[in-house]
Amino acid sequence: MILSLAIWMPIVFGLIILGSGSDTNKGYVRWMALFAAVLSFVITLPLIIDFDLANAGMQFVENTSWVKRFDLNYYLGVDGISVWLVVLTAFITVIVILAAWEVIQDRVAQYMAAFLILSGLMIGVFCALDGLLFYVFFEATLIPMYIIIGIWGGKNKIYAAFKFFLYTLLGSLLTLIAILYLYNVTDTFNILDWHQAQLSFTEQVLIFFAFFMAFAVKVPMWPVHTWLPDAHVEAPTGGSIVLAAIMLKLGAYGFLRFSLPIAPDASQYLGPFIIVLSLIAVIYVGLVALVQKDMKKLVAYSSIAHMGFVTLGFFIFNQMGIEGGIIQMISHGFISGAMFFSIGVLYDRMHTREIADYGGVVNTMPRFTVFAVLFAMANCGLPATSGFIGEFMVILGAIDYDFTIGLLAATALILGAAYSLWMTKRVFFGKVNNDHVAQLKDINAREYLILGILAILTIGMGVYPKPFTDIIHPAAVELLKHVAVSKI
Amino acid sequence: MQAIDLLEILPELILLLVICFILLVTPFIKENETNDDDVFFTPKAANLAYQISIVTLLILAFMFALRVSDLPLRIMNGLYIVDPFSNVLKCISAIAVMVTLIYSKQYLIDRQLFRTDYIALVLLALLGQFVMISGANMLTLYLGLELLALSTYTLTAMRPNYPRGIEAGMKYFILGALSSGFLLYGMSMIYGATGSLDLEDVMRNISNDGVMRLVMAFGLVFMLAGLAFKLGAAPFHMWVPDVYHGAPTSVTLLIGGAPKIAAFAITFRLLVGGLQPLDMEWQPILIFLAITSLVLGNLTAIAQTNIKRMLAYSTISHMGFMLLGFLCVYDELAYSAAFFYAVTYVLSTLGTFGILMILSKKGFECETIDDLKGLNRRSPLLAFVMLLLMFSLAGIPPTVGFIAKLSVLDAIIDAGYLGLAIFAVMASLVGAFYYLRVVKTMYFEEPTDHSSIEGQGFAKGVLTVNGIFILLAGIFPAFLTTLCLNAMRMSLQG
Repeated sequence: MILSLAIWMPIVFGLIILGSGSDTNKGYVRWMALFAAVLSFVITLPLIIDFDLANAGMQFVENTSWVKRFDLNYYLGVDGISVWLVVLTAFITVIVILAAWEVIQDRVAQYMAAFLILSGLMIGVFCALDGLLFYVFFEATLIPMYIIIGIWGGKNKIYAAFKFFLYTLLGSLLTLIAILYLYNVTDTFNILDWHQAQLSFTEQVLIFFAFFMAFAVKVPMWPVHTWLPDAHVEAPTGGSIVLAAIMLKLGAYGFLRFSLPIAPDASQYLGPFIIVLSLIAVIYVGLVALVQKDMKKLVAYSSIAHMGFVTLGFFIFNQMGIEGGIIQMISHGFISGAMFFSIGVLYDRMHTREIADYGGVVNTMPRFTVFAVLFAMANCGLPATSGFIGEFMVILGAIDYDFTIGLLAATALILGAAYSLWMTKRVFFGKVNNDHVAQLKDINAREYLILGILAILTIGMGVYPKPFTDIIHPAAVELLKHVAVSKI
Repeated sequence: MQAIDLLEILPELILLLVICFILLVTPFIKENETNDDDVFFTPKAANLAYQISIVTLLILAFMFALRVSDLPLRIMNGLYIVDPFSNVLKCISAIAVMVTLIYSKQYLIDRQLFRTDYIALVLLALLGQFVMISGANMLTLYLGLELLALSTYTLTAMRPNYPRGIEAGMKYFILGALSSGFLLYGMSMIYGATGSLDLEDVMRNISNDGVMRLVMAFGLVFMLAGLAFKLGAAPFHMWVPDVYHGAPTSVTLLIGGAPKIAAFAITFRLLVGGLQPLDMEWQPILIFLAITSLVLGNLTAIAQTNIKRMLAYSTISHMGFMLLGFLCVYDELAYSAAFFYAVTYVLSTLGTFGILMILSKKGFECETIDDLKGLNRRSPLLAFVMLLLMFSLAGIPPTVGFIAKLSVLDAIIDAGYLGLAIFAVMASLVGAFYYLRVVKTMYFEEPTDHSSIEGQGFAKGVLTVNGIFILLAGIFPAFLTTLCLNAMRMSLQG
């Protein structure tokens, strides 16, 4: 029941808020949305508390028939790979609602409803164990995000919204074909049964590519990443936070749930190809991030680079790599969310995201600068922050796999440090650059609260990652065992 | 003819009686002094006819709904067939026409079309659809088709002082008559080859050695051309955009809504019920029709600024998609997929044109995409319903349009046409663009006309139900898919 509640509670609340419609009582809508988000988050906590560490399989399983005609089932469950992502999604939604508090004044109800519905749908993606149910949730997330970018976005919002929607739809339609093909071969939509299905090598390669189209676009991997900077720059702060913190993980999660276990031989065979793409993402996109003038774009490119670490970790097929990749996913959720929120804080005051318009912010916003620098450090993987754990594990795994790859990946850390710190230097330090900066007010209690929570989590996870690794470990071991067995 | 036959066609008889009543009795109702400027002016007679029609259609829908699991029965010496398949289709047609009337009431009043003859013609068209759906003999099918066609030709040209409507009516009539000719010519050839007009006999006789294959092939091609025309599948689609655009929106909905169900039924009866043994011959033609429809419909729709024309091209592509469901070897799952597709398509179309009619005012036709600008500000409810409808037409989950696309895709992958399935989803990716553009116009742009949308509470209520149904049927499709599958299964066995 917990998973169903986690999925449907925010959606139902979202619809209720949508029904209350107008902008006349914004205060009521905001509190209602916050209540819904917090409640939905609290509901997911038992997933962690009651999680059975000894069990590598699916837990909290729910299975009822959905459509008999196709033998579709409403089949939900979480394992060590997905459980933290569910909690993360619910948590980020609370942050997003808080982040929008005073900022969004136009069509508040629709804004809050869109994020709540989106939250439920994304949790659905992480929980679904029926291939088509997964697809339904996966695709349905496009609708609220399209609306969010299009209504509350920046100048070029319409272009960004269309690019986002059509780009991701292109990938996922091929996945639909793959899902239907698997259904025809196995007569079931059950993902766990697909894991056991015997498939020839050619079939595996084709299926791998069909899934790859959807997930690579979503992650996004180089060279299909170009929608992300546009979407990020134009999206409102909340949209950017959800996009970076959760939506990108839908793709990475898809690799673990579909590509690797269903097509293990193809995955092994095409592993080097993915590794090369990931390294390009890490190094080339890192270099691209270095030269950005727009803060949001910079963080967007840095997201692509960080997701490169995730895919790199998955396709080196060792335990360090996979666990590191998953940890990196969670940690990137906190850090990128915090980074985009910080940019939002500055944008709300200055209405510009150009790095050149800032300078010396530390003089007028000292409290805020403490947090911003902390998150910049976490973004470049400073030890004792969560960013370090994931990247370190992936690099360890990569060195184990091949020294050169490990070396290249480790070099990328320097790039990460370069763009993060250089941006921090230009924005926050130095002399006060102009009158606008001189008039900045430091963060208020609400912003303090959001940044504080994220800071505690970032450091907490960096210092004591055991709760995360303990849960992830059995599932990762199980996955590796499965992938090692050939299906041919 | 036996008494039991009359009982079986009771709904059709009731409909016929109501039509007679409207035509014969209502002219004697005395009208009050009228004032053309009064928006709320409704002729008493038309109002009575409207109310009677709504009630009748509701009763008919119920009667058909009660009969959805009756055993198949051929009556009137095999001319007419009553089976679960036809009952489901008739039930949905009746509902569709009823909803069409509800949506179009105010629109008709504003355009001086709210007349008894209009309503009588609408019901006659529905009667024609019933006959088409239930025809078991090529002549019965043709009769139903012509009854439907002649009523809609007239309706298209009916609006007074509206040259575009008359032009559309002419085009529709000339091309429609031509295609009917094709169909009839094809039927005559098949009759010549097999010696029967009865579809079951045709099916039995085709396999005989004495049948002339060449004549059969000619007949088949002519018949398919006629059918493709009625469905609006490319390359026989030329009339669709002009008629959709030129006809009053209420008539556009009458042409684009319920008759698509009847067109599906006649295609099914002729191809599966009669010419099944020739499937190796008609399947390649259907593939051609489907591919051209998908390409042409989706690509041309992008260039349209008029939403009625855009929806016309989208219809072409949807018919192409539906035809894909026929590409299999006598498989009830596949046919029921096409069936389901036709039904959901009609349900989505009803809502879209319904919104266009509600947004139209006296002296203002809502028909370009820009007329929808900022609808979200003017009426969040209507905008949300339209959003659901657009995503349903685009086939994005969780709307019912996705389940429909899924069923058809599943059927063609099952039949081994993997490449065709990939092609079809790519075509629907192109399609997503223009549906998204409508959503963009409603949500991301500011309105030019800030007036709120008033009145028509009942129509809006029905529209909301329509929108919610599109969503709920997407989340809980089991009921509808099972209904289609069972009806199809029982009809194929019987």
